[in-house]
Amino acid sequence: MKELESILAELTQKVKTATDSNELNAIRVEYLGKKGSISLLTAKIGELPQEEKKTFGAALNQVKNQAMELLEEKRKEMEEKALNEKLSQENIDVTLPGTMIPSGAPNILEKIIEEVEEVFMSMGYDVVDGPEIEEDKYNFELLNIPKGHPARDAQDTFYIEDEKILLRSQTSPVQARTMLAAGGNTPIRMICPGKTYRRDADDATHSHQFMQIEGLLVDKDISLSDLKGTFDVIAKRLFGEDVETRFRPSYYQFTEPSVETDISCFVCKGSGCPLCKHTGWITVSGAGMVHPNVLRNCGYDPKVWSGFAFGFGAERLAMLKYGIHDIRTFYQTDLRESSTFDRKDV
Amino acid sequence: MISLNWVKDYVDIASEDLKELAVKITKAGVNVEEVITKHIDHLVIGKVLRCTDHPNSDHLHLCQVDVGTRTVQIVCGASNVREGIKVIVALPGCVLPGNFEIKAGKIRGEESNGMICALFELGVEEKTEETYAKGIEEVDSPLEPGEDANIYLGTDDTIYELDVHKHRNNDCYYHIGFAYEIASILNKKVTLPEDSFKSIKENVKNHITLEVKTPKCPYYTCKMVSDVKIQESPEFMKKRLIAAGMRPINNVVDISNYVMLEYGQPLHFFDKDKLGDQILVRDAKEGEEITTLDGQKRILKSSDIVITDGKKPVCIAGVMGGENTEVDENTKNILIESAIFDAVSIRYTASNLNLKSEASIRYGKGLNYEYTDAALNRACHLLEKYAGAKVLSGVVKHDNVDKTLKKVKFQTKEINTLLGIILTDEDVKTELTRLDFPYEEKKGIFTVTIPRRRLDIDPNINDIAEEIGRLYGYHNLVSTLPKVPTRRGVYVGDVGMRKTISKRLRSLGLNETKNYTLISPEMASHFQYDKKEAVVLPNPMSLDKAVVRTSLLPSLLNVYEYNRARHVEDILLYEIAKTYNKNYEEESKVAILMEGNYLINRWQGKSIPCDFYCMKGIVENLLDYLGFKNRYTFEKATLPDMHPGMSAIIKLDRETIGILGRVHPSYKKEEIYVAELSMQKMYEKQVKPIKFKEASKYPEIKKDLAFAVKKETEADEIIGHIKKAGGKLLTDIDVFDVYVGENVADDEKSIAFSLTFKDPNRTLSDEEVTQVFEKIIAEVEGKMTAKLRNK
Repeated sequence: MKELESILAELTQKVKTATDSNELNAIRVEYLGKKGSISLLTAKIGELPQEEKKTFGAALNQVKNQAMELLEEKRKEMEEKALNEKLSQENIDVTLPGTMIPSGAPNILEKIIEEVEEVFMSMGYDVVDGPEIEEDKYNFELLNIPKGHPARDAQDTFYIEDEKILLRSQTSPVQARTMLAAGGNTPIRMICPGKTYRRDADDATHSHQFMQIEGLLVDKDISLSDLKGTFDVIAKRLFGEDVETRFRPSYYQFTEPSVETDISCFVCKGSGCPLCKHTGWITVSGAGMVHPNVLRNCGYDPKVWSGFAFGFGAERLAMLKYGIHDIRTFYQTDLRESSTFDRKDV
Repeated sequence: MISLNWVKDYVDIASEDLKELAVKITKAGVNVEEVITKHIDHLVIGKVLRCTDHPNSDHLHLCQVDVGTRTVQIVCGASNVREGIKVIVALPGCVLPGNFEIKAGKIRGEESNGMICALFELGVEEKTEETYAKGIEEVDSPLEPGEDANIYLGTDDTIYELDVHKHRNNDCYYHIGFAYEIASILNKKVTLPEDSFKSIKENVKNHITLEVKTPKCPYYTCKMVSDVKIQESPEFMKKRLIAAGMRPINNVVDISNYVMLEYGQPLHFFDKDKLGDQILVRDAKEGEEITTLDGQKRILKSSDIVITDGKKPVCIAGVMGGENTEVDENTKNILIESAIFDAVSIRYTASNLNLKSEASIRYGKGLNYEYTDAALNRACHLLEKYAGAKVLSGVVKHDNVDKTLKKVKFQTKEINTLLGIILTDEDVKTELTRLDFPYEEKKGIFTVTIPRRRLDIDPNINDIAEEIGRLYGYHNLVSTLPKVPTRRGVYVGDVGMRKTISKRLRSLGLNETKNYTLISPEMASHFQYDKKEAVVLPNPMSLDKAVVRTSLLPSLLNVYEYNRARHVEDILLYEIAKTYNKNYEEESKVAILMEGNYLINRWQGKSIPCDFYCMKGIVENLLDYLGFKNRYTFEKATLPDMHPGMSAIIKLDRETIGILGRVHPSYKKEEIYVAELSMQKMYEKQVKPIKFKEASKYPEIKKDLAFAVKKETEADEIIGHIKKAGGKLLTDIDVFDVYVGENVADDEKSIAFSLTFKDPNRTLSDEEVTQVFEKIIAEVEGKMTAKLRNK
């Protein structure tokens, strides 16, 4: 037994001082190899008297296990040390730039349109599209703007065929088409963002091509107050929960009554600044109750149905929201500017 | 421009603060854009009762001045101040030009309660040595002490500059109409101006015959005056015309303008002696000529209306008179025309002749015959009063005007439902009275008659609701939401696909652009690969915006050039937009442009450049994302403005849906890759819903092989044969090497494939895979010029 103890002590000492895996292997062979000192003791068990066999065997086994553990422990320690040494050589500069993953930015108008769409879709409005080369009938006549009406002059339309085919001057024809398709007996909730065209010379505030976001709701017992409530929702979502809204009387051919919708200035909070021209209010859209003639023209009986329609200028919304001063910004993609918009907004 | 002094003649606004009134008017729907006034408040006429020397000064005076309500002491330094003269006094609170506020105080120990003013101090004259030397203004006027000194100075008027919507542009464009608007806001009544005159025995009918031979003149009336004396207009009339933006000329011309600004009815005065004794109103003859008042020769169209003397035109109806019958300084007898012409026709004529006059603008908005009559009488009244005219009795008239009054029947609850407010019948009555709309009410049913002056109002309940609503005030509206079922909206038609593509391309790192639909003919001449004829605007604004584009690629190249000129590197762009052909058939397209590097790490010297295969990868990624995996092919093609060796058409289910390739180096020397796909055609394809596919539990076997083929051979050809021979067990083919050089013949290349064999239900044996593998080799070698390498 004493022999066993001294073997273990000796091995422990050797393992402790071993410096590499070769040395460790040599120790393993010396004690646990076929002819190793511990293995040789195993062979001796047979020579012992019966009553000692068991205790010696157990003790030997324990020593053998301890020896293996010690060796294993040391091996791991050495490996770890070696790895650490290797890793200490693999030091990188974490401040060097990462690989450029291209960022795809949306067009600014599309970004604002997506935001508006999200608000209205959550309120049950479908998003509908329509032709940009349009018939006079849909662009004007059905919308209570008959031939010869002065409202036509103001829109300065791009005609392709005189008084017949044109580049739409507003997105309202999509409303007319939607109503006609619905057949006069189903409620409608829709918005129709899209491109529109008027004969305006391009400068910082005018563009011959621009985008409208118009919307329409047709149902029963719809009131101007409902329009006000709906406008509140979109205004607060776009410009902040603390903006206030107001309606002012206005005149459009396809709505009656018509209003201009203002929000309180989100920059100065109403105290007056250059953005709101010191009025505290900013006009953001035109709206009103759908004109009975339009309802009738599009197959809805105005005695039964009523509704409201509204129209935002996408450029105006974006200019206000992002502080853009030149309308041409939207149509001349400058990647140095647009990359700002490749992110989620607050 | 509306003169408020003028409006005062028709409605009582004496006690109104005109700035506040402007706000009220704007709130009710007529936008007062600017309130222009030179009026100085707290400026009154004073009379110097006593004037003594200031005890502590060698040049100041102590003046006791009667300012109407009281007598005040004012210290004044002017040398011309003296007892008995009337002066202009700025009382404490008065703010003079230069933001100089007058305060009560002491000057060298003596009380001073105001300032006696010189004209230069009031901004009426410039400050010069001369005006300074004049000293204070000595008022020579019947105005009494305490009266507004602005009247003396001519600064007492306030002008409203209006920005009126088209509809109200009619009745708010003249002073009486605007007075009605103010009256309805302030709940007051309108008083119309004096229009009486003495008629002489002589009747106009003995001097003129009238015939109207066009349906475009529903109403034509004439009266005649004689013995007019042309002279300067009275002061008040000149002031008002100037205030309203018109230049005074002489009493006769001014009266016609004055009446137009009162009633909105343009008048035309003919020199009766030049005119003769006949008036014939008819459509112009094509090419007919007339020299107008401005000395210009005008060539007319048959759509114009002319007034003639029976033979030749003497006036372009509603637009401008002829030189041949012009009133001049020798005119004695005048024929006054007050008429209504077809508004659309006048607008066309004015626009065709580029002759927008004050008259044509008003005719173009439409007129009401009551005011046509009223204006005629008012003109006679004024000519009698200010031009010494004698008015002939009788009127020559053509009357074919529809006189039906517009009426609306409604109940209060209908108004309430439409506006979302709660009004009682009494409230409605109050509002209708304010509007001066005659009405009857029986058992809760209102019948309202719309006054003729409100041409903008149609007989609809909505129109009445609007009138009531705007006076009631929209700021009183509460916010409610429509009582409609809850649902989430959807993208209708191809809108959803557009959004999907857009979002996918953005996440692939491409930047969205939005470009003009109208492009130049030069731009439109490029990338005509689908041979579409474009819509060309018959009347474009400018040549660079004359054609409706059939391809988005020219626009993307513009964006590319713009950014390159600004030193942007690695330009990745896309656009989704509608295009049209000559038959107005719509096709939405998706266009992509890539130049530079797709991925880059410069300091590591690693990059994935934008080349044909990068672009192809983007397109494949998009098509796979849309659900078209394994349904599309790329075929080499020669395309306009594209590199002949690096371009392809893209086919989906064997239908061409787009193109892909490098822009022709002779067109753009940089290495630019573009693709354009028809969203329309993709939208029309059916896509199967996603189904879960379990990964095989059994091992797959991979085998590689390479063929030497002719250089021009396309990989797709070999793949086709491999697939055919590989059958069901062959689940994947991947090209992993294309090699030209040593060990391969000069006219050949080597393409290496990695083939994957798999069966979802069992483990494949080596033998059966080898069997298929051999079959593939035999198929490729047998069917095409190809040799297995490294056999």
